[in-house]
Amino acid sequence: MKTKIFYSSLIAFFCILFFIFYKGLQNTNIYTPNLETHDKDIPNFNAKIFSQKDKVVSSNEIFNNDKFYLLNIWASWCMPCRDEHPFLINLSNQNNLEIVGLNYKDNNKNAKFFLEKLTNPYKTIISDKEGLIAIEWGAYGVPESFLINKKKIIKRFIGPLNKDSLFEIKSIIK
Amino acid sequence: MASLIGFYSLIFGLCLSLIIVFFSIKNFRNSSIFDKKIISLTFFQFFFVSLSFFGLIFSFINSDFSNETVFNHSHTTKPLFYKISGTWGNHEGSLLLWLLVLTLFIFLFLLKTKKQTKQYRNLTLLIQQIIIIGFFIFLIKTSSPFNYIFPVPMEGLGLNPILQDPALAIHPPILYLGYVGSSIIFSSTLAATSLNYISKEWAKHIKKWVLVSWIFLTLGILLGSIWAYYELGWGGFWFWDPVENVSLMPWLALTTLFHCILILEKRLILTSWVIILSISTFTLSMCGTFLVRSGILNSVHTFANDPERGLFILIFLFGLIFLSIFIFLFFHKSDEKNYNFFWLSKETSILINNWFMMYFLTVILIGTLYPIFLEVISSEKISVGPPFYNKLIIPFLIPFLFVMAIGPKLKWINSDLENKFFLVLFLIISILISYFIIKNFNGDFLINTILLSSAFYLFFSTSKDFLVRGFKNLSQNLAHFGFSLLILSILLNNIFSTEIITNLKIGETFQSEKIKINFESIKSKNIKNYDVIIGKFNIKNLNNNIEVLKPELRIYNQPNIVTSEADIKTNLFTDKFMTMNLVQNQDYFNIRYQNKPFMIWIWLSVLLISFGGIISLFNKRNEN
Repeated sequence: MKTKIFYSSLIAFFCILFFIFYKGLQNTNIYTPNLETHDKDIPNFNAKIFSQKDKVVSSNEIFNNDKFYLLNIWASWCMPCRDEHPFLINLSNQNNLEIVGLNYKDNNKNAKFFLEKLTNPYKTIISDKEGLIAIEWGAYGVPESFLINKKKIIKRFIGPLNKDSLFEIKSIIK
Repeated sequence: MASLIGFYSLIFGLCLSLIIVFFSIKNFRNSSIFDKKIISLTFFQFFFVSLSFFGLIFSFINSDFSNETVFNHSHTTKPLFYKISGTWGNHEGSLLLWLLVLTLFIFLFLLKTKKQTKQYRNLTLLIQQIIIIGFFIFLIKTSSPFNYIFPVPMEGLGLNPILQDPALAIHPPILYLGYVGSSIIFSSTLAATSLNYISKEWAKHIKKWVLVSWIFLTLGILLGSIWAYYELGWGGFWFWDPVENVSLMPWLALTTLFHCILILEKRLILTSWVIILSISTFTLSMCGTFLVRSGILNSVHTFANDPERGLFILIFLFGLIFLSIFIFLFFHKSDEKNYNFFWLSKETSILINNWFMMYFLTVILIGTLYPIFLEVISSEKISVGPPFYNKLIIPFLIPFLFVMAIGPKLKWINSDLENKFFLVLFLIISILISYFIIKNFNGDFLINTILLSSAFYLFFSTSKDFLVRGFKNLSQNLAHFGFSLLILSILLNNIFSTEIITNLKIGETFQSEKIKINFESIKSKNIKNYDVIIGKFNIKNLNNNIEVLKPELRIYNQPNIVTSEADIKTNLFTDKFMTMNLVQNQDYFNIRYQNKPFMIWIWLSVLLISFGGIISLFNKRNEN
């Protein structure tokens, strides 16, 4: 009798341990802050145009319309960016959306090669060698996308875009 | 090309596993056919996994960036040595190394155990193959080292600079030999349990395998610790970081297991201890892999936060745990009938220290797992630091050291204390020495004196054994002497370390009563994969001895990271340790100067401990 109790409690203990680990796996320990960025004004910045020497644009010039814009932070070294690329290509066919790329801490040669092979979904690409513009936007990492309308951030997508976010963007811009 | 060969070799290896399992199940019905066929199959499996491993190394040497692993962890400007060590400096490659060691050990096991019964070897092989298949599937399904990327990038992302260090380059393979080597102990213990094969002879044969794992694990932990001391720049060697804990836990279990096996060799008792410890050593290693690889804990070793991987190891780990519980419950026959101990005997003292070891193990286990529990239950984040471990472990170290000092002097089964005179004399001498040392220096008087006396006591009694008994039982004397030296150096190091942190400009001098630090100059240099700024400092102590220290700041090119490299002047008595760091946007440098007594003795004593193990492994007399 005693041994039976011991054995069943042993098994119960390991089951609980399994459950705790399983739950713990789902809590990612990546720090996720509160996303209170709705209707926040976009930051002002000046940036170099990608792969054109000494051509600088300001944020007002880029987001000058009442159109929808999607600012996408990407880099050729970023693996998830490759995953989200097909979704960006898909979005680049939308009429009332302009995709702006922010090339983050990247090597020009690699980045060009990346776009040549996987095709270019961006209307404009600005280059952010030091990662300073990304800081102004309060970006958490690469990739990250901001949906912008009338110079306000409507929605941000941390991490790679997926089917759900594609659907969401399409329904917002309709 | 090399990637392709590597990938297909993995598939072949997996197929071989299935064939071996098929044959070994067939062997059960007719145990007379356990022949060369199965040994050569295991050899081919090992061969294919090595081929795959060398394929990966080759891709790294060639900087073949069409391979995702190479792209993520290498760069063309890396020196060859670090290109190669980059192979296991990442999740995928290091798992391939796991698999390599798993297959190597089962192959060696089959070669070396021809005297054992076929049934037993066969079952060991079967259990080991289950583990191997699990890892094959894990590797191929969730973390293949041979993923192809397109377009092929021109340049890789580079290896994390803090991993570019000679000690760390060889740390993973050595540690893995210990970690994964315990798998063979796990498989053979389960096999022996289910066949009711556990005996004194079995203990003699498994002892060697325990020793091999133990030696490598000890050396692996030592290398990791040396790396942390040199590279992380905090001037400490053990931080109670979860990653360090998960290597220490199997070590404690393995050390305890080894002592139990020593008893089992003499008397058929403590079999439950042996079985449970064998199981826990390997499951703790697996659990460690789970904790650091799933991203459930954050550390240098967390290569990827991929829940799918975590889930796989978790299910696999618990599968093995439940399998072993099942085997233990249904097949193990308890040996309680001859379970009588005389209170004063070698086995009693080993048993007492086993309980202490289990206590230390439990403390570390709780300290490591509790934050996860708390986060799941209350979503509160905490971290458990050194004070927790120090408070719970240090007081219990005192009786532990005393038992360790007296235990080896006792005889097996029934004993009486001889040489009581020396025992008391040593006690008095140790207390006196500690009293005088502590009195002149430190505030925490009582606990430090007692602690230091117990360490000195162990030190004296093992030194006496060393001198009196000489080469008789050399391995044990050496290991225990090494352990006493380790505790002693850690204590003295802790008590007498001093530290100065200050900000200095070039040309400035920091002055205190005991020391004068002059920041003379800096110069910069270009080296293949990094630029370096070297500071020159003159340190003048009370006796007007001038010592020159040159800490470095390294700016690595790929990835672009600044690391600070400590300059350490080591001699027999003390380490002088200095790091410098840039203070943002100013011409000041942050200087950290530490005086760490007896550092070298910490490393040497661990080497002595493992050397004791090596001698025991090669000692012919032990085998008879």
